[in-house]
Amino acid sequence: MMPAFSSADWAAVWLTFKLAATTTVILMIVGTPIAWWLARTRSKWKGPVGALVALPLVLPPTVLGFYLLVAMGPHGPVGKFTTWLGIGTLPFTFPGLVVGSVFYSLPFVVQPVQNAFETVGERMLEAAATLRASPWDTFFTVVVPLAKPGFITAAILGFAHTVGEFGVVLMIGGNIPEQTRVVSVAIYDHVEALEYAEAHVLAGGMLVFSFVVLLMLYSRKGAKVWK
Amino acid sequence: MRVLSRVLAILVCTTALLCSPAAQAGGSIMVAAAADLKFAMDEIVAAFRKTRPDDRIEVIYGSSGKFHTQIQQGAPFDLYFSADIAFAKSLESEGFAASPTRPYAVGRIVLWSNSRDASNMKLEDLLDPTIVKIAIANPRHAPYGRRAEEALRSAGLWDKVQDRLVLGENIAQTAQFVQTGNAQVGIIALALALNPTLVKAGGYALIDDALHEPLEQGFIVTRQAASKPLAVAFADFISGPEARDIMVRYGFVLPDEASTN
Repeated sequence: MMPAFSSADWAAVWLTFKLAATTTVILMIVGTPIAWWLARTRSKWKGPVGALVALPLVLPPTVLGFYLLVAMGPHGPVGKFTTWLGIGTLPFTFPGLVVGSVFYSLPFVVQPVQNAFETVGERMLEAAATLRASPWDTFFTVVVPLAKPGFITAAILGFAHTVGEFGVVLMIGGNIPEQTRVVSVAIYDHVEALEYAEAHVLAGGMLVFSFVVLLMLYSRKGAKVWK
Repeated sequence: MRVLSRVLAILVCTTALLCSPAAQAGGSIMVAAAADLKFAMDEIVAAFRKTRPDDRIEVIYGSSGKFHTQIQQGAPFDLYFSADIAFAKSLESEGFAASPTRPYAVGRIVLWSNSRDASNMKLEDLLDPTIVKIAIANPRHAPYGRRAEEALRSAGLWDKVQDRLVLGENIAQTAQFVQTGNAQVGIIALALALNPTLVKAGGYALIDDALHEPLEQGFIVTRQAASKPLAVAFADFISGPEARDIMVRYGFVLPDEASTN
């Protein structure tokens, strides 16, 4: 039998890992302040912003993919901006996929962190303040350690959800090896080309990976997975 | 709780309404068609239904390879129009067809652009450095992509343009990459370049068909449609003069004409 795992498949696996890791790092940085604001604010904007963040949970990826393709294209606002910056347009590039994935996985990072922040509670912060801890000090020495399980859940979910991305990538990716051909797209290609053996290897790998990730998540002691 | 039960009641009622079979006099078939047929097939179906207003013909457009797999797995398609006749023949040989594979057209590939005048373009012009991205259909499973690759190879350009290629899932997505301006030039089906929306854009240039294998396209009536007279009638209509006229208007070469040259 032919080896059903080609170097192109390896490239897809590595690319998927790279995309998920990059996206997760960016989301932890971008998502934490959003989660903090959502957890603490009494603003009337809390509802609208929370809904906006949660949109990718319910929107079909095609909606996101379509808007991103048009917005990041040469005639779209984002495309005009990136062209002005001198980096060209984003569709069919790795950075373009990262942008798409950040939107796509945003709620999977923001919501667990927000939940964790909410459970830290007002009294802890007040106690820290009476001990003359600065807000930053409080955040890093009190909030972050207490919210650690939330951060771990967020990182795992953000990573795993990005690995599972398909629709957005299909629409803005253009299927370029080592740039935008991630595992889910490679599987789709194998099936379309009637290469079922190759599709099985990658699909089986995804199945095992996803199960292990969720197992890690659900087996963590006292971990609250989802509110 | 009362709100919940009311919502549930509304949901149940709507579902019942939506699922109740509407009174229907005519027959109903589902057609799986290669993406390059998008505009031609819409017209053919409209022409067919002029004399049979009660019949319903649902056409689903997509990539030929995907439909091939879906029909193998029991997809409810009554006719299958493949952009590569080999896919149709393979289904026939596996016993999924109720009719022999019939050729219906030969496709042509063109260079097309939305942002520049492509009407006098040659394949060599793809080397122009202002062309950052070139869209073709995925050569691994899309027939139009295969022919595009063959043409680029015959012209000795494949290696030179490869790092600028973006691959559409099917030929319609390939055209869409160009239409949105994300790729400057694409190699797409003539049938798509001739449709009213795209033809207004930067124009197209035919690619010499000596540079690639012919894009012979074929269709079958599937096994599950064997007892559906509507499927057979539609298959006959496809080979009739009216449908052929539409095909020609959309830039398809008819199979018998292709074989004579």
